[in-house]
Amino acid sequence: MGGLMESPLPPVEQRVPGRWQIGTVSRIKVETPRVKSFRIELPMWMPHLPGQHYDVRLTDPDGYHAERSYSIASSPLDEGGVELTIDKLEDGEVSPYFHDVVVEGDQVEVRGPFTSYFVWRGEKPVLLIGGGSGVVPLMCMLRHRRRTMPELPMRLVYSVRHPDDVIYEEEMGDETLLTFTRKPPEGWNGHTGHVDAELIAEAGIDDGIAFVCGSNGFVETGSQLAMDAGFDPQRIRTERFGPTG
Amino acid sequence: MSFPPARLRRKLRALNGFVSRGFKRRRQAPEELADRLPPGQYVESGWPVLTAGPTPDVPTDEWSFRIDGMVGEAKEWSWEEFHKLPFETITKDIHCVTKWSKFDATFGGVSLDVLLDQVEPLDAYAMFYSYGGYTTNLPIEEISDGKAWVVTEYDGEPLPREHGGPARMVVPHLYFWKSAKWVHGLTVMDHDEPGFWEMNGYNNHGDPWKEERYWGD
Repeated sequence: MGGLMESPLPPVEQRVPGRWQIGTVSRIKVETPRVKSFRIELPMWMPHLPGQHYDVRLTDPDGYHAERSYSIASSPLDEGGVELTIDKLEDGEVSPYFHDVVVEGDQVEVRGPFTSYFVWRGEKPVLLIGGGSGVVPLMCMLRHRRRTMPELPMRLVYSVRHPDDVIYEEEMGDETLLTFTRKPPEGWNGHTGHVDAELIAEAGIDDGIAFVCGSNGFVETGSQLAMDAGFDPQRIRTERFGPTG
Repeated sequence: MSFPPARLRRKLRALNGFVSRGFKRRRQAPEELADRLPPGQYVESGWPVLTAGPTPDVPTDEWSFRIDGMVGEAKEWSWEEFHKLPFETITKDIHCVTKWSKFDATFGGVSLDVLLDQVEPLDAYAMFYSYGGYTTNLPIEEISDGKAWVVTEYDGEPLPREHGGPARMVVPHLYFWKSAKWVHGLTVMDHDEPGFWEMNGYNNHGDPWKEERYWGD
């Protein structure tokens, strides 16, 4: 009798990131002419930290793999899956597949969430500086803050080229300072040109923590501006997009 | 590559693998280079930048390279002293954990063998440290016998600051986060300890041929 009681329960397997799993695309949203968001339902979902990424792996019938990393755009409160926002690079291999082939209901192989440096853990105040699709992990932070600590001071400085390029436009609120570097929309009376000291000063956050994400050139400028505004270099976290696809 | 034959690979995949509907390979490494591309990597002709924080600015007259910790005698080389050491030009393939690989990158610098020879390491582990606070850990074994260099030149020119200038590590057989930029020195230790990225989710070892990208790989 006692034998069964005495034998210990098998340990519950720890859910570590890194297991490849097959998710299902449940929703595709066209954000801009070259950016789409993909909601992917996951059988082994686990909560992520805002700023983390997933790896995506495509496999052809010969077993050839192409892998890329994409930042998570959704709040970890949206349980059961993640939203990845993908910028289409014409000569890429993975992003054109997502844009031109994937439809709702398709299966995709992913694993994550990964790395724990470019992540927001509730520190405050927060200055976010994003260029182009560099806004994606920052939007995850903004969305999570809205749902958990809407009073927490967080500002986003967001630089895009054209009116067509604004990702998540309908979600941008008072916390966002938008600037157009090439051509502003008709009748625009906000900022134009590259992110500069004036725009950072207007954001009004010069201590706490800063996250800067975009192309390498953008991040160089953005992190320098944050240092000039008074941020300790140790409190400036950066993520740079190389040519990828 | 002809082995295993495509037909067999297809069969194996059908048995236990997943195929992405409608996915067609678009990037083809030239046949003669295919053997040099680790799994999950693609060939990049440029040189992308991956840095966790702002780019440090280290003037060469303030730069030095030190070896300390468990060694016979700690040593520090100034920029000038460093450039009196035997200088090598190396051409290597490099592999970044963010999936790009760059073939035939040419660097100029000093082999770590030369530097370690002068200090007599007494233990098996090293922690590299950089200006700006970056660290990364490597067993001494992984940086000895022609596996690691402190380089100050890329393509015959001074190493650009965004790529780690004035001096960075090149440890080409491991993912490139192990090749510390703005390197300032290393501490020899009697135990292994995770460095910056190793604490933040990347693998402790980082062999691209085994795809040791993240914790648990």
